[in-house]
Amino acid sequence: MNTDEKTTSTPGERARALFQVLKQKELIPAGYIEQLTQLMAHDWSPENGARVVAKAWVDPQFRELLLKDGTAACAQFGYTGPQGEYIVALEDTPTLKNVIVCSLCSCTNWPVLGLPPEWYKGFEFRARLVREGRTVLRELGTELPEGATIKVWDTSAESRYLVLPVRPEGSEGMDEEALRALITKDVLIGVALPQVA
Amino acid sequence: MDGFHDLGGFQGFGKVPHTINSLSYKQVFKQDWEHLAYSLMFIGVDHLKKFSVDEVRHAVERLDVRQHVGTQYYERYIIATATLLVETGVITQAELDEALGSHFKLANPAHAGGRQAITGRPPFEVGDRVVVRDEYVAGHIRMPAYVRGKEGVILHRTSEQWPFPDAIGHGDVSAAHQPTYHVEFRVKDLWGDAADDGFVVVDLFESYLDKAPSAKAVNA
Repeated sequence: MNTDEKTTSTPGERARALFQVLKQKELIPAGYIEQLTQLMAHDWSPENGARVVAKAWVDPQFRELLLKDGTAACAQFGYTGPQGEYIVALEDTPTLKNVIVCSLCSCTNWPVLGLPPEWYKGFEFRARLVREGRTVLRELGTELPEGATIKVWDTSAESRYLVLPVRPEGSEGMDEEALRALITKDVLIGVALPQVA
Repeated sequence: MDGFHDLGGFQGFGKVPHTINSLSYKQVFKQDWEHLAYSLMFIGVDHLKKFSVDEVRHAVERLDVRQHVGTQYYERYIIATATLLVETGVITQAELDEALGSHFKLANPAHAGGRQAITGRPPFEVGDRVVVRDEYVAGHIRMPAYVRGKEGVILHRTSEQWPFPDAIGHGDVSAAHQPTYHVEFRVKDLWGDAADDGFVVVDLFESYLDKAPSAKAVNA
């Protein structure tokens, strides 16, 4: 084989080639890929983070625990496991907006936010958010008030974050279930504010 | 290592390809092979126990820059996992090439053998002003270059400890365990006026930090 030739294969062909080599050596346990894929594609979801935030909005004791020990608070819902071992909740105030990024790659609080979306792992967000936070949020569609400060959290080690936003005006009469619907993946990352329709 | 992966502050990129609350994330894996990236990685890490996630991160960083720029996210994890499986002798380059039907380009070899954590110092405390050590490391490191030599204030010391990435990222399973610190930097201290105002908090291992020379504790 000529190793100087240009690589002409597709990413999918390379993924399947690696899979094939491991399978031929019988190194892939039965059900391993299926189980992990179920977790990644379905069980780890921003709906989990929405439950955590909605509870923190209505239950002061839980809110206190979430801010003191995010790992213990999320474990009450069973949200534990890989990339959820040291969870820190970031408390917004009317004048402080927290936003999460991983400038080095893609680290994210998998069990609570779900796997990171493409744009979050993309070069633009990773390069620009730490330096141009307000501009990036504006481009995405979130205009922050003049006096608000942005604090960007770069997930560069093992802490895994979620944003605890301010409960929005107009949500006073809503129950926990209705509140959950206001908390999207982008709200948990911090690039969006919860909105009452 | 100062590589293309270390993107914080890198200029020349356009708009983030996203509009808030778009539901595009709901199909987690867009192509039918993408789920294999993390699955095969965890087979190497958790099932075969041949390497750590830190080594996978380093293998992604070792992708040739020209290749890295053109890859998709999950593709990088396929290449990194394949690289480590070859380097640890589980599979061979020839087996990959044969299964693919052409050359399977792997990441570049490591440029360094890793390094040990600094131990024996007292821990830093919340409110301490610290400076990120002015170090250039050829191997794996989890210090974004944009904070190198910069001064910040500690907001939090983790109650857990983890193996020092610069050691475990090179396969050193005896790596010292350390806490990390949430260190807050003023954006203006990082990029002057060529930035938006605000703060960046970086999660830094203890060995990346020194007390700032004018170390006055600040009341949080």
